[in-house]
Formats: sequence, structure tokens, C-alpha cells
Amino acid sequence: MMNRYTISALVSNKSGVLVRVAALFARRGYNIESLSVCKTEDEELSRMTIVLNGDEYILGQMMKQMDKLIDVKKIMRVEEDAVSRELLLIKIRTDASTRSQVLEISQIFRAKVVDASPEATILELTGKPMKLDGFVTMLMPYGVMELARTGVTSISRGKTTIKDETDYKERI
Amino acid sequence: MKLMGAEILVECLKEQGVTTIFGYPGGTVLDIYDALYRDGTIEHVITSHEQGAAHAADGWARVTGKTGVVLATSGPGATNLVTGIATAYMDSVPVVAITGNVGASMLGRDSFQEIDIFGITLPITKHNYIVKDVNDLAGIVREAFRIAGSGRKGPVLIDILKNVQSERAEYVPQKIAPPHAKVVPARDLKDAAQAIAAAQRPLIMVGGGAIAAEASAQVRALAERIDAPVVSTLMGLGAFPASHPLFMGMMGMHGTATAAKLCLESDCLLAVGTRFSDRVALNRDKFAAGKTVVQIDIDNAELDKNVTVTHPVLGDVKEALTTLIPLLPAAKRTFSAHAKELKQAERAAQKPPELGHRILIEAAKLAPEDAIVVTDVGQHQMWTAQYYPFERPRTFCTSGGLGTMGYGLGAAIGAAKATGKHVILVTGDGCFNMNLNELSTAVTQELPITILLMNNHALGMVRQWQKLFYGHRFSQTDVKKRTDYVKFAESFGAKGLRIDRESVIDGVLKEAFATPAPVVVDCQIGSDENVLPMIKPGQTYDTIMTEWEEK
Repeated sequence: MMNRYTISALVSNKSGVLVRVAALFARRGYNIESLSVCKTEDEELSRMTIVLNGDEYILGQMMKQMDKLIDVKKIMRVEEDAVSRELLLIKIRTDASTRSQVLEISQIFRAKVVDASPEATILELTGKPMKLDGFVTMLMPYGVMELARTGVTSISRGKTTIKDETDYKERI
Repeated sequence: MKLMGAEILVECLKEQGVTTIFGYPGGTVLDIYDALYRDGTIEHVITSHEQGAAHAADGWARVTGKTGVVLATSGPGATNLVTGIATAYMDSVPVVAITGNVGASMLGRDSFQEIDIFGITLPITKHNYIVKDVNDLAGIVREAFRIAGSGRKGPVLIDILKNVQSERAEYVPQKIAPPHAKVVPARDLKDAAQAIAAAQRPLIMVGGGAIAAEASAQVRALAERIDAPVVSTLMGLGAFPASHPLFMGMMGMHGTATAAKLCLESDCLLAVGTRFSDRVALNRDKFAAGKTVVQIDIDNAELDKNVTVTHPVLGDVKEALTTLIPLLPAAKRTFSAHAKELKQAERAAQKPPELGHRILIEAAKLAPEDAIVVTDVGQHQMWTAQYYPFERPRTFCTSGGLGTMGYGLGAAIGAAKATGKHVILVTGDGCFNMNLNELSTAVTQELPITILLMNNHALGMVRQWQKLFYGHRFSQTDVKKRTDYVKFAESFGAKGLRIDRESVIDGVLKEAFATPAPVVVDCQIGSDENVLPMIKPGQTYDTIMTEWEEK
């Protein structure tokens, strides 16, 4: 059964790490929905959040294969209850007749207007990917000129962190 | 003390105990070659082609268990290593490949002999580096050797910019402790031990991981303690002595009928350092269905990858078996007696061998006892695996995973150089032609290599598949080269001999094995000798074909 899974990983903050991970997905034929990379509180480490489509087998293989990469230091599956957010910027075709309707939809979703011009409005929304999907669907009829999404980033609830995971390379 | 990058590299190689490297000089490694020249303590073997050097480093590593080293220049020098690196990667062989690259000021400008070997080797190395700062060099070299030689072993590439080789940095010598595998705790093995003890018909599958972990003694102790028959993958040959009564031969596509039957009958597979490749499991969904499967592997990603495993054990095979064996009650089983009967019956039913087989059987009898056997890829490789009795680990080098035609001669050079022992290279006329340039290396190095060239004037294995699956349409496999390999050998300064009938086998082989230098034996065999038994790709073990049949 195809599902959507999210993986977080701490990786070396070095050039070439992203290409290593991306090349691994390509070679093994994994289907990635989104991949986001950011700096962390430790300047030697970056954090990757990967959303993939697949089944439990693909998820397991992907985590194990990633774990084998020397530059991958910690890896964990993001549980359903984790805090997951994505940021959307969307440019909608608006004129005097449609602007108020678009703004009304924005209010329902608590999106922010970040730019307005006579023919277009740019909105910003942060939330779970499903919320962003819903927002985009609602705006479709007005004419989506372009949109950009950051991909999901996640962090687990409570006091546990990704640093509590064991690195497979330390176990052998 | 401040040293040049090239000197730091040489010092770091010496730290690792490197005595011999294989390679080929060029523009961007001149500083390294100069440092090697000035140092004078590391022997460098120059090959005819960088591919040969990469295979030589691989052969060196397989017979010694130590990390092999290959050195090449940028651009084509580096790309010529690729097949050799990929071969080592697929068979988990520890190799450190060192390449030069253009200087920092030239990088990214498509300079002469500039290539992104880091990018090219990304998916075929365990890890790779591009060194842009001389201060990082020593740390990277040490880490590269640690990565290549620990865990699931494999090749690591270090690409060093030309300017880094001549720039200076502080070098502090280090004593290198060999990496140690971690102990596998008993709690990880309790369930597996219970499952094995409860099994009626346990079968041990031994793979290349047992050799990599130096676990031959433990595999033997395990088999004898639980009285379980042992089958081996191609990569596992030598891990368990062929002459041992519990040894039932190779398994897989061209394994013995006995091994196939035992795999079908067994209720518990104990997979020791094997990854159930498609050439072993064939039909991965059905191969182990319904059986208890204990898989011990050092690579977490291999557990449960190809077949579903009921008892995965992560860890070094030697450490895991050391913990496991005392947990198992000693037993005597009727299954092993049954296996011995099957083996005996299969042997008794064997037809008189054709010339190719005959030569291998005689070679096994006449070869020096400690000889090392290397093969290329194809029919001759399978015949060797089937007919040559491997008694000890690290006496057999073959490209199992990548199936690299042209692997053999380079690997034979590495194996001979490493051990000083007599090396028998079994090859075919197809494979030999791919890298026969290295015969000149073998001659220059005065290496005792006997090349049994199974010359069937065809690409035999592909031809066999064309017979089975493509209606005898021999598209590009009837090669019919006119090469006279005896004269060829002589022109390279080697000895050339020929076997064209059974009566001369004994004399020719004795002469070859008595010659402490390269000998090419042109073995004129028929084009239609097949490899049997055979299980067709993706099929189940019960469909094993022991007689040639075409449908």
C-alpha cells in the first residue's frame, strides 16, 4: 500500500551531502515528494526532512540505505503526531472584483498578504501540508499565477530529539 | 613537521602499512609520484591500463584481507578506474583509490584532463572525497582507510587537487590501530538460537561476508556443532572446506542439484554473510517462503532486503557466530546424513567431463597446494566454482556481483604480487581479450601466473543463453578470432602452451605449474560445452535443469 512517510536526518554540513542523498534516492528508485535542508544549532550538522511515497518496505530500505552513508549521523522516522510544517508562497491573479473574495479565503486559513498590486496578490501560509493543499484548492478558481512551497520540516514532540537515535555505524 | 601534500599522502600510506600500490602516472599526480620516488619504501607496480591497476588492488585485497591501493591521474586515468572500483564495490572489497585532479584555479573550467571523478564514483564507492585543503589531507586518508576496511568493506576514492599535493601543512605521525568489530551481545541472538535449535532440517548458507569477517573457523564449528549441511554462494567459496563431509557445494543459478534440493527441503536457513542476490535466491518471493530464516550480516540494509527474514542479526559474522555457537545444543541430525547421500548420488551420476571440465579437474590435482585461483566471468567462471575444490578462504578471486569480464588478469597480478604464490587464472577468450594488455605487466613483474584460457571461440555464457532463450540466434557471440595465443604469449615474453586434446593435459599443466613466470595455456575447447546445472533467472529451485534441455 502506498503511503506518505516523513524522515528526519542529521547530516554533515558539507558540500556534496545533498547530492549523495539525492543520488541514493535516484539509484534505488525511491519516489521523493519533498526534501528540505537547513542549518541547525550545531554548525557541523544540517537537518534534512524528506517526505516519500511508498510502503513500509521502501521506508525501511530507504532509512537503512541512508544510514549507511558516512555523512548521515542520525536518522529517524517522523511519527504522525510530530509537529510538521510547510511554508507556501502563492501568487493569485486578482483585480478589484475578486480581491475581497481572495482575502476572505485567506482569513479562513489565516494566511498573510505579503504583496499586493493591481493585478496580483501574494499570500503566505504556514501549516501542515494538507492545510496548504486545501488552501491552494480554494484559490485555484481565481487563477494561480505561480506558487512555491518549502517542503515539510518536522520536529518530534516532548523532550526526545533526533539526537537520541543511535547511529547504525556505531553498532557494528 | 611541515611536509608537502604529496609527502603527507606517502607518510599516511606508510602509517597504514601499505607496502605496494598499483597505478599509472600522469600530469596531476606528478607530485605524488615524485614523493614516492624520493621516499623509495613503497613499491609501485605500473600496469598497462588503469583498469588493470584497479583490479590488481582488488585482487591484492581479496587474498590478503588488507586494503588495496590504486593510484591514477585525473581525467581518463580516473575514469579508467571506474569499472575496477565498481567491481570492488559490488563484492565489498576494501580498496582505496587515489586520483589527482587539476589545481583549484583550474577546477570547474573544463581544463585539460579535468573530470568530476567525485561525482562519477559517488554511487560506486562506500565513501569518497575531494581534497581541496592540504590541512585536511592526513585526516581524510586515515578516515578513508578506516571506512574501506571496517563494517561492510568497500572502495573509497580520494581525489586530490594538484595544488594540494605541493602545498605544505603540518604532519603529525599517527599509529593506526586496526579496526575492531563490535561484540554481538547474546540477547541479539537468543531468538535465533532457539529457532535454530528447534529446526529439524537446518541448512547453513555461507557467503562472502564470512570470508570478509575471517570467520571460517566459526562457520566450521557451527556446522559441526549442529550437524548442519553447508552450501556456499559463489562469493563464499573457500570459507568452508570443499573436502568437508558437510559441504554440499555451491548454491544458486549454477549450484549443485544437492544444494538446490537441500534448500527446498530445509526448514531453517542460516544465512551467514550473504545477501540473497538474484543469482542465489533467483525467485526472491518463493526462495525462503515459509522457512525460518536467520540472516547474520554486518550491513543493516541487507537484512530483509531481498528475502523476508524471520531472525535478522546485525553484526560482524565472526563476532555473531562466536556468541551464537555456545547458545546452540550440539546435535546429530538425519538431515545431514540425507544430504551426504544426495551428494554421493549426484557425484555418482555425473557424466564424463568434457574437455574444459577435465582441464579444471586435472589442474586442481596438479596445482601447488597453496595456489590461488582467479577467474574472469562466464562459463569458465562457473566451471571453476563447480569443479575446483576450495579448501581455504582467500584462495579464490572472482567478480561475483558486477560480473566484470576482464577482471581476471589484473586481479591475478595483485594476488600474485601480494602472496608470491602460484596463481591460476581461469579465463575465456572473450574475457582475456578485454585486458590482455596486462600480460606485459605480469611478465615484467615475473609473476608465477598460469593462465588457463578456455578458448571456445565464442562468448560461451551469452551463447548458452541464446541457445536457451533466443532460438540459437548467435548474435555476435561466435567470435572466431584468429589470434594465435601461443604466439601472442611469446611476443609478450611469456610462455605459450596449448591443450587441444585430453592426452596432453597432464604434461602441459605440469610444465605450466613448474614455470615461475606467466604461462598462457590456450585450451581449445568446444563451443557447445554448457554450464549445468542451471536454474533459469527468476525461477524456483525445483525447476533446476541438470540435463541440457531446450523448449
